[in-house]
Amino acid sequence: MKACVVVFPGSNCDSDCWHVLKDVAKSDVQFVWHKESLLPEVDLIVLPGGFSYGDYLRTGAIARFSPVMRSVEEHVRKGYPVLGICNGFQVLLEAGLLPGAMLRNRNLQFICRHVYLKTENTSSPFTNCLKHGEVLRVPIAHGEGNYFCDEQTLETLEATNRIAFRYSSETGELDEAFNPNGSLAHIAGILNEKGNVLGMMPHPERVSEAILGGEDGKKIWDSILSAVA
Amino acid sequence: MYTAKINVTLKKSILDPQGKTTLGALHSLGFDQVKSLRVGKHFVLTLDAANSEQAKGMVDEICQKLLVNPVIEEYSVELKEAVKVSE
Repeated sequence: MKACVVVFPGSNCDSDCWHVLKDVAKSDVQFVWHKESLLPEVDLIVLPGGFSYGDYLRTGAIARFSPVMRSVEEHVRKGYPVLGICNGFQVLLEAGLLPGAMLRNRNLQFICRHVYLKTENTSSPFTNCLKHGEVLRVPIAHGEGNYFCDEQTLETLEATNRIAFRYSSETGELDEAFNPNGSLAHIAGILNEKGNVLGMMPHPERVSEAILGGEDGKKIWDSILSAVA
Repeated sequence: MYTAKINVTLKKSILDPQGKTTLGALHSLGFDQVKSLRVGKHFVLTLDAANSEQAKGMVDEICQKLLVNPVIEEYSVELKEAVKVSE
């Protein structure tokens, strides 16, 4: 697989993503600076976590106008996979490549801890190696991950199986008690209409090797590898 | 030249945790008379435009394109012709 990791000023999970794509997913991976308007020919684009433009104005609001985003949109239009993690998810929302918006966490705090995710969609390029209802243990690290969209959008997301992951208990139970940030319908990750764009707040790149305390995130990279093979 | 003062707030239908926390702080300071509080953003910009209509149009475009996220926010604009500086 050929992949690239977009680097915005303020990205800070770019090296982690690069490392996992290179050393765990054994891919040909390169960084792309956000000022580039032409992307290399790749199978996968990753928009990494961080604080692009210092989260000024709104998270992802300024990065979404970076020159590289036109090529990202083109890549999406062609049907290739794009994965946005944390700030990458926020950029995708601001760019309109995914519906909805992020609000401050319900408790106003930056939350950095492991959470459990219940897999809801198993047919996308990012989740095809997962079983329906499978629970993953993945860390989150964000201050604005409280997903919001209007009622109609939520209905569409539910009806078209575009909610990829929801925050849950260790056994997959859904309840406000297991929702760390107040996200609508416990949403942790959503897909676009075509299914080739996934935005998720949790960080799979931080749990893709046993030495780092878990390998649950690896299933997402494995899914992408099998989808583009 | 025109000066535009833009207020951006979360839509009324959206819970504003920052506002709620600040309201709670005011109550704990004894300001029980305060019944509601919303936190927002304030932008002041000066711009070149031929007339106020053009200025208003430009400010609306700026808000919709960048300053406001219509999914969660709404805005109001106060537009004034800036006082010309004599040469």
